[in-house]
Amino acid sequence: MREIMYRDALREALDEEMARSSDVFIIGEGIAERGGSYKVTEGLLAKYGPGRVRDTPIAEAGMIGVGVGAAIAGARPVVEILYIDFAMLGMDMIVNQAAKFRLMTGGSGRVPFVMRTQGGTGGGVAAQHSQSLEALFYHIPGLKVVMPSVPADAKGLLKYALRQDDPVMFLEHKHLYMTKGLVPDGEHIVEFGKADIKRPGKDVTLIAWSNMIPRTLEAADELAKSGIEAEVIDPRTLVPLDKEAILKSVAKTNRAVIVQEAVRRGGVASDIASIIQEEAFYDLDAPIEIVAGLNIPIPFNLELEKASVPQKDDIVAAALRSLHAKPLALAAE
Amino acid sequence: MDAQPVKSNAPSRELLEKIFRTAYKIRVFETEGIKLYRQGLVRGYFHPYLGQEGIATGVCAALREGDFIASTHRGHGHCIAWGADIRRMVAELLQKESGYCKGYGGSMHIADITKGNLGANGIVGAGTPLGVGAALANQIKGSDAVTVTFTTDGGSNNGTFLESLNLAAIWNLNFILVIENNGYAVSTRIEESTRDTDLYKRGLAIGVESHQVDGNDPLAVYRLTEEAAATCRAGKGPVLIEAKTYRHMGHHVNDPGKYMPEDRLAYYKARDPVDRARDALVQMSGIDAGEITAIEAEIQGEFEEAVDFAKSSRELTVAEFHEFVAQY
Ligand SMILES: Cc1ncc(C[n+]2csc(CCOP(=O)(O)OP(=O)(O)O)c2C)c(N)n1
Repeated sequence: MREIMYRDALREALDEEMARSSDVFIIGEGIAERGGSYKVTEGLLAKYGPGRVRDTPIAEAGMIGVGVGAAIAGARPVVEILYIDFAMLGMDMIVNQAAKFRLMTGGSGRVPFVMRTQGGTGGGVAAQHSQSLEALFYHIPGLKVVMPSVPADAKGLLKYALRQDDPVMFLEHKHLYMTKGLVPDGEHIVEFGKADIKRPGKDVTLIAWSNMIPRTLEAADELAKSGIEAEVIDPRTLVPLDKEAILKSVAKTNRAVIVQEAVRRGGVASDIASIIQEEAFYDLDAPIEIVAGLNIPIPFNLELEKASVPQKDDIVAAALRSLHAKPLALAAE
Repeated sequence: MDAQPVKSNAPSRELLEKIFRTAYKIRVFETEGIKLYRQGLVRGYFHPYLGQEGIATGVCAALREGDFIASTHRGHGHCIAWGADIRRMVAELLQKESGYCKGYGGSMHIADITKGNLGANGIVGAGTPLGVGAALANQIKGSDAVTVTFTTDGGSNNGTFLESLNLAAIWNLNFILVIENNGYAVSTRIEESTRDTDLYKRGLAIGVESHQVDGNDPLAVYRLTEEAAATCRAGKGPVLIEAKTYRHMGHHVNDPGKYMPEDRLAYYKARDPVDRARDALVQMSGIDAGEITAIEAEIQGEFEEAVDFAKSSRELTVAEFHEFVAQY
């Protein structure tokens, strides 16, 4: 085990997979010589050459489409989109092309396409550079949606993404690139669809992903001060979703709080809540709590930005509400 | 697809016959396919390629096995010219398990990635970046395969036309973009959708070798594509080709095409690409009329056999569908 940064973990994944297969290549804006705005691709140009590490003009629809076409034709492209906000320009290619090809060809066509991008708030980059748009991709059948929260997952999931055959929206977080964590030495792969218990507990289940994981862990620390043992579950991949792990935890704690940075309306948290209520209703001792972003674009002002997305105290408060709720059977009396 | 390109100016009998057979096969497929549609056997959209056969035919005859194509929503012609099995094509139209996509895709989505056909596309213009992507994949794999995207006058107004052709240009990809300029996007005349109707000039603006050709002349299309493919294989691609043509009917089977002026339609029908392919074969190869009739009958028979095959094929069961869904 070594302690490395999230961005270094991503680079290791790319490096190892590029070394392993000459079909893997990267295109994006400023990713070659400059190494990308978040320094994920630094050094790869020198190692793999301009054929496999290519800068593109600012033309997101074109470059996403070209990546999808290359994947259909049998290569393994990684398209880096600087901000998830800019992926909106390529939605046709993602939604109508990448996601559909497998079914439309009766299963004979596959699209081993990886779009790496980052989202989320932080640092006052305002409304067009701060969105959490995972629900858009989550909604589209045919796409995998990956949201690593720690370096080990970032590495293991990206390596897995590059070896499987469906289009993957690999969603990083701008605030996580410089965070550190332990990453196993040698080959390290994390399969899709396997949630990770980031902190075990028995009193309440906190479900979160991406940058909400560190914040939720802080909230769990806070709760621990009052003797409350929160279990923190990170699905790591939203599609496929490890619902068994979630249901198992809820069966143990009887309480669920779902935390997402994205706006509340039409979000992934709502869908997870619906799964829990449908499949674990009788395990619940309290209503499911959702802690989510406000239904607004992200403001520039730092204090307002902070007020737009869940903070530690919001998560603690939701957990306490859940714990203090009367069991449903009693409440009815 | 397998015919070796002919370098001399006099095309071989083999090539002329291949071109005629392909053009005629598309003509039969579309004419008879429309009948199946009218009988209610084909559902959804059916965009006939009637009148445009010269383009797919000429382009594909100049390519090799191992090359790639990406098509449009009007894709049957490209698929046939690429050598598809018309039995599996008809089966797809009839939603059968033996179809190219097991009935999941239909007319607008027939693809065969095992043979380098990236597929027809329900999204106008979408084939351009996909084709550039295939060209990029081939470059990265060290292959000299050429990828052709067929696009349309409508597709040329989509932003990815410029975005992806520009990528092909800066990366010198083996990519040929063929714009089938048939003068209409549904009922919108080309003059209403662009100020300069010579669409090949758009390539010139970004440093791409660009040409215009009479799309109703299959041999001219063939010759130009052959040169373009050679340019690509010499590492000097991409190349843009604008092929001028006209539809012989409305936008899809149920569109009577009232907006298409009679005289213009007559002008193009007098320059029917299938007739021109036949004339070229007759004039340049000395084939006799009897042989032509035999070829036509053979193709007609092949189509009828394809319909029987499709009709006797089964549809996927819902249980099989659920099995497929479970993989998602
Ligand atoms: C992105 C998109 N917008 C609109 C449509 C609806 N549509 C289908 S075909 C068509 C016209 C296409 O005209 P053109 O691209 O010139 O091709 P042609 O039909 O003439 O072959 C339109 C608007 C579509 N399929 N995709």
